Amino acid sequence: MKLSTMRRHVREGTKNIVRNSWMTVASVGAVTTTLVLVGIFLALMFNLNQLAENIENEAQMKVYVERTAEDQDIQALEKQINEISEISEMEFSSKEEELEGLISDMGESGDQWELFEQFNPLNDAFNIKTYEPEQLAGVASQIEQMDNVEEVNYMKDVVDRLIAFNDIARWIGIIFIGALLLTAIFLISNTIKMTIIARQTEIGIMKLVGAKNSFIRWPFFVEGALMGVLGSIIPIAVVAGGYFYLYNQFANKIPIPFFELLPANPFIWQISGILLGIGVVIGIWGSVMSVRKFLRV
Amino acid sequence: MIEMKNVHKEYSNGVIAVDDLSVNIDAGEFVYIVGASGAGKSSFIKMMYREELATKGDVLIEGKNVTDMKQKEVPFLRRNIGVIFQDFKLLPRLTAFENVAFALEVIEESPKKINKRVLEVLEMVGLKSKARFLPNQLSGGEQQRVAIARAIVNNPKVVIADEPTGNLDPETSWEIMQIFEEINTRGTTIVMATHSQEIVNKLRKRVIAMENGQIVRDEHRGEYGYEA
Repeated sequence: MKLSTMRRHVREGTKNIVRNSWMTVASVGAVTTTLVLVGIFLALMFNLNQLAENIENEAQMKVYVERTAEDQDIQALEKQINEISEISEMEFSSKEEELEGLISDMGESGDQWELFEQFNPLNDAFNIKTYEPEQLAGVASQIEQMDNVEEVNYMKDVVDRLIAFNDIARWIGIIFIGALLLTAIFLISNTIKMTIIARQTEIGIMKLVGAKNSFIRWPFFVEGALMGVLGSIIPIAVVAGGYFYLYNQFANKIPIPFFELLPANPFIWQISGILLGIGVVIGIWGSVMSVRKFLRV
Repeated sequence: MIEMKNVHKEYSNGVIAVDDLSVNIDAGEFVYIVGASGAGKSSFIKMMYREELATKGDVLIEGKNVTDMKQKEVPFLRRNIGVIFQDFKLLPRLTAFENVAFALEVIEESPKKINKRVLEVLEMVGLKSKARFLPNQLSGGEQQRVAIARAIVNNPKVVIADEPTGNLDPETSWEIMQIFEEINTRGTTIVMATHSQEIVNKLRKRVIAMENGQIVRDEHRGEYGYEA
């Protein structure tokens, strides 16, 4: 395509936006409403996804070995545990290492625990991860049956409930976002359709003088994209601004295990980009969809 | 130039507009299509630029069969055919100049060439001085001149006109006809459907008379018809 033709398409598309101002307002409004909701859902979903990842990466169980167990008992236990196929990682941690970990976890107030270095009250332990967090429960009950195991600890209730909650939330989110996007496309294509009826003569004349369909479609393409951009301004401001505020207020103060808000930077940039992208795509889609039927002359 | 072989056109509501029609129009000819309303004139000429598709038979423009043409080729067919209507079909928000330039923009001519060529044709139809006027600031005859300028701006081989003087008074009609005559003398084929007995009888050309979708008379230097 020639540069002068491209300029013409951009000019025409922009003019149409201005000329059909009420239609632009309606379509941009549809995109705006949708994207605000989509943005909020996306922010939730990304954070839930993060939660799921954290559970997957951090959910592990600790198997405390009886204090009376001898070295060979521990080796036997390790061998036995190793036979469970769902286990992805297993690591032995002696009671000295456990104490060191405890002291460093406590930070400054950990100093007082150093006294215990002479007389360590802790147990040897195995840190175990499974391939999927859902497998923790089954593996835990198998290990509990074994000899020389004092206790298996894996925050049972929390992990189970978070997994269930996360799955449901993810699906609801996907369905909601899908439905919202379809609605927006439908609204845009309908509003544009109304103005196309007014522009039908123009399209007819263009076809009569030998315009290719692509030539007729281009200004609509530009128009749709521009409406998408306009429609994503408010949602970006609301979602990115809102997230930034919430992050500063509540990051690290949410009492849900494994849960942490995604850092505002780069998250607000990412979500702004995504919203802009979605806006442009649904704008173009709605616009091009509505013109299609008028091109079959 | 234009060749129709056993062309048949039936609309989806069962109306038969053109019935087993065959005709040849040579390059450079000037042909009137006459007949009562509903005789099939419009369907006949619409099949030439593929606004309507023949139900049966072949329509050939410069040897190219229009009926089985791919959708993609249609724009290129239309670039070789200028079409003019009774109601002008100008875009009301564009000036005379822009309306004519439109036909060249569509085929992606360079702006420089568009400018030059548009002024040339506007001068030919006598409207150069009103290039910046909007259609509603022009008289009917002037609007039709703009439409003619648009139809001929990319030098089509054929100009098809569907009752181009139908909305104009006799004097203006005559001025418009002189423009058609001039276009024709430059070698462009002209096919014109008309109801104007006066024009047909005064500016004698080939006359094809239609009735019930068929050609009932085809005369060189013919008259409108005795019954009118």
